[in-house]
Amino acid sequence: MAGIQQIKLPSRIESVDEAALKADEFAKEQGLGDDFVSAIDLAIRESVANAVKHGNKFAAEKTVDLTLARTDEGFEITVRDYGTGFEMEEIPDPTNPENLLKTHGRGILFMRSFMDVVEWSNHEGGGMVVKMIKRQ
Amino acid sequence: MSDITISERQAGDVTILDLAGKVTIGEGSVALRGAIRRLLGEGKNKILMNLAGVGYIDSSGIGELVSSYTAVNKEGGSLKLLKLTQKIQDLLAITKLLTVFDVFDEESEALSSYN
Repeated sequence: MAGIQQIKLPSRIESVDEAALKADEFAKEQGLGDDFVSAIDLAIRESVANAVKHGNKFAAEKTVDLTLARTDEGFEITVRDYGTGFEMEEIPDPTNPENLLKTHGRGILFMRSFMDVVEWSNHEGGGMVVKMIKRQ
Repeated sequence: MSDITISERQAGDVTILDLAGKVTIGEGSVALRGAIRRLLGEGKNKILMNLAGVGYIDSSGIGELVSSYTAVNKEGGSLKLLKLTQKIQDLLAITKLLTVFDVFDEESEALSSYN
């Protein structure tokens, strides 16, 4: 590991900007290029927004735990919430014609489109963790 | 300070909204929703949204574009998009929304399409 940063964020919308700002600074410190940083930025915003809204449901006593790590492989992001989780197969495909005009549900598609690995798991201490890797 | 600035101008019966800044979860999306609802309330339902100045959009912002499109259609109008940045074009392609929106590079061409 060339570098790691852990941040606890409150469950509010402003945390999305805060997380993206921290990630941008961290990624630039690691010498990553603009396209790389832009992909990370979008993935962080979408994952933290999901954690705040759908995971923690804006609960003041719950945090969103963000870990940023520069690895030999590239850049790894984990985002943990303290919610009740979800089943991936229950998430509708936003690109299906019947879902095109829905106003929500495209965040996971963006995360998958801009990152090389996107995996969800249940945390043993409760909540969900999404791990994302962008390879160099 | 808001993340987005929305300026309005009129070209015949078409209202052009020039957006600058970020259309993201929170203020950006809320401001856009407010602008569209206000125009519809004033009976303005031919709307051209100029996205040339939008440096950033997320899934919430894309959702707001869809919501605006649906709201305008419901009022018998038409919402079209002008001057997408490469980033927004990529996101609309990923979401297959380029098949939904009428998109133009030139304002004159966009305005003619309403006739």
